[in-house]
Amino acid sequence: MTAASEPGRQAASAPGRPEPRHGLRIFLIWLVASAIADPLIWFLLGPHMPPGAMSGSAAHQQTTINVMALMSAPVLLFVLIYFGYALVVWRHREGDEGDGPPIHGNARISTIWIAATSVIVLALFGYGTVELIVPAGAGAGEGPTPIWKPSGGRPLQVQVIAQQWVFTYRYPQFGGVETPQLVLPEGQNVQFNVTSLDVIHSWWAYQLGVKADANPDVNNVAYTKPQQLGTFRVRCAELCGLWHGAMTNVGRVVTPAQFQSWATATETQLAAVTKNLPPYATTYDADAVAGLGKVLTQLGLNGAGGGFYPPEVPVQP
Amino acid sequence: MSLPVRVATLLVAFAAVVAVAIFIVIHYLLGGPPVADYTSMAQAGQVNVTMQTDAQTTVTDKPDWVTYFIKNPQTGHWDHTTLFKVPANTRVNVTILGFDGCTPLRNQFWGQVQGTIGGVEYVNGKPVSTLNSWAQCAVQHTFSIPGLGLSVPIASPTSLQANNNLCPTSPCTSGPHTVVTFSFRTPSRPGVFIWQCRIPCGLGYEYGFGGPMQTFGYMTGNMEVAA
Repeated sequence: MTAASEPGRQAASAPGRPEPRHGLRIFLIWLVASAIADPLIWFLLGPHMPPGAMSGSAAHQQTTINVMALMSAPVLLFVLIYFGYALVVWRHREGDEGDGPPIHGNARISTIWIAATSVIVLALFGYGTVELIVPAGAGAGEGPTPIWKPSGGRPLQVQVIAQQWVFTYRYPQFGGVETPQLVLPEGQNVQFNVTSLDVIHSWWAYQLGVKADANPDVNNVAYTKPQQLGTFRVRCAELCGLWHGAMTNVGRVVTPAQFQSWATATETQLAAVTKNLPPYATTYDADAVAGLGKVLTQLGLNGAGGGFYPPEVPVQP
Repeated sequence: MSLPVRVATLLVAFAAVVAVAIFIVIHYLLGGPPVADYTSMAQAGQVNVTMQTDAQTTVTDKPDWVTYFIKNPQTGHWDHTTLFKVPANTRVNVTILGFDGCTPLRNQFWGQVQGTIGGVEYVNGKPVSTLNSWAQCAVQHTFSIPGLGLSVPIASPTSLQANNNLCPTSPCTSGPHTVVTFSFRTPSRPGVFIWQCRIPCGLGYEYGFGGPMQTFGYMTGNMEVAA
């Protein structure tokens, strides 16, 4: 039985007139709506999509989000148009007690459905894989032995040291100087070596499109390439204690000349404290920080308070 | 169940709920350490704030927690608090009596004095810009206000004898200690700035950052800058 021959369906169209081609109607409405929506998304919303284009990895992420929006908008429109069309055209009418036409077993609809969803999913899978590899991990932490590395020479090394509740940054190529300031040169690949001195944190430079977990005793490597001058916000993205919400700082992308000048000046300015730092390493074992136990042992102390704590209290550095 | 019993039960249950609500409001919302208000003490654009660090908190039910005390500017008594209030755009002269023993820094970077006027602190009257807590027993705590870029390592008594004979009752009035002074300027706008210690001195807690390190009234608090 076709829809046109159903008693209930006949109420949807004028008596004596053939049933309209609903599928074609829906398709045409969807086509026009998608043709309008997608350019609007790409050209109007696209440039404002997060996280911006301050770095290469951020730009890739922005493009990926735009592509996802571009692909998902027609799907969403199809659902909404079908829903709206059904509400208007196939709504219940007086005297209409019949069911709709059974589409179970419709091979054509099944084939189109499976083919379309497979093409979309596989295309996004391929695109997503490329977007993970080409921008060298897409700004995410790749662990201590990264698979994807940027080409174009040795990147600037910046160690991110998380501790409750602040990030500090070490520049091994500038005497191992450590500073709370994060300054990066424009147009140069940067390798972030992210670690923690205490609990689990997560280092998130939002506008740079870089986010990497900061775990004690682990070096989590992430790459990016700043491509716009300006400032960016850094925050901790892992609940890490009382002042987690205040664990933020502002970084700067400057010209290569400005960076050299800043790095050299900072190295000189902080020389006195740099010489007290441990040699640069990719991780620092919080339980065995060199010298801590030694100082206490020399003094015969067993912890803070000069021995106030009883022996059964575990001594921690 | 008779009507009087049902009514009585209802009233008792209602009273219990009200009592719990009152307890929560008083204990958790309105409770907490007092605020040491220094705003009326400022003279000629300066105000003096005095604190002390203790190895214990014998005035509370957490006697094994390290703590700060702040001198009440009105009464001169030591208040068990880490909340204080100072005027905006003012030079704050801080004096910290360090009655605690040494605990090395986990990150030696915080051994450097940062954000003070002149980039130094004075330890027992001598200017110091960096303390090396890994070379000797030199640091007990830090006083750090991240929002102002201020971080000052608080020097500790260095000798074994001093560290094993610390003042046992808080607030301390005598015993081995250091006198650390430094100054900084408050911002011109009012606001609330958190401050903390960066020494992992919460002994017995994971990585030393639990307990007193994350509790108002002990090793962290607020500095309110008033207009």
